[in-house]
Amino acid sequence: MSTIKILYFAKLRDQLDCAEEAFELASEACSVEQLKAALCERGESWQKAFADSQVLVAVNQVMATADTQVSANDEVGFFPPVTGG
Amino acid sequence: MMSVSVQTEDFDVPAFYKALKADAPQIGAIVTFTGLVREFNDDISVEALYLEHYPGMTEQVLEGLIEEAAKRWPIINATIVHRVGELRPADQIVFVGVNSAHRDAAFAAAEYLMDILKTKAPFWKREQRPEGGKWLDAKASDEKRATRWH
Repeated sequence: MSTIKILYFAKLRDQLDCAEEAFELASEACSVEQLKAALCERGESWQKAFADSQVLVAVNQVMATADTQVSANDEVGFFPPVTGG
Repeated sequence: MMSVSVQTEDFDVPAFYKALKADAPQIGAIVTFTGLVREFNDDISVEALYLEHYPGMTEQVLEGLIEEAAKRWPIINATIVHRVGELRPADQIVFVGVNSAHRDAAFAAAEYLMDILKTKAPFWKREQRPEGGKWLDAKASDEKRATRWH
């Protein structure tokens, strides 16, 4: 079983009402795109939040893309475009 | 070579300047930039600004920015400080300081660090209003400025 940690930030966290969770992957590893699809199976609020093409993702605190692979003990962060400075 | 800090406390610009000046006489230029929280566009319903970030990743991104700047320009030292938490108009929010032998490298590196920080470092601003928080949207103009450095 591959367990990963998922973090949600800012507007995305508020929309999902979830800051952090442990998530069991259905297989040993999957792509960010497949992970998003699995999360969207949870229902409308998740589909809505992830439908925004601007949602960014980091794997192990490094910016990632839809085909970045995720496996056991990885940390995945989802967040909206950044607005610091 | 580099110093990065993400903090809730205010910061002392003269202290950073002094640290950057410590590399003299090897250096001939120090460029510092301080960003302040602007008034909330006359919108009196905004009580404060709240800054959130991705602990751990933020520091890594900022360190990576300084490393990239050092590859592009002959800078000797660089400092980035960014505040998080609740901030009000006129508060200091961000500091970027760079020193170098010559001003062209120091000016360019400081501008590069600010431009890329605004589009790549995981910080998010929320306006605090009586009815709740409102997350700010990223600006296309910031993205455009950052693309100049690609």
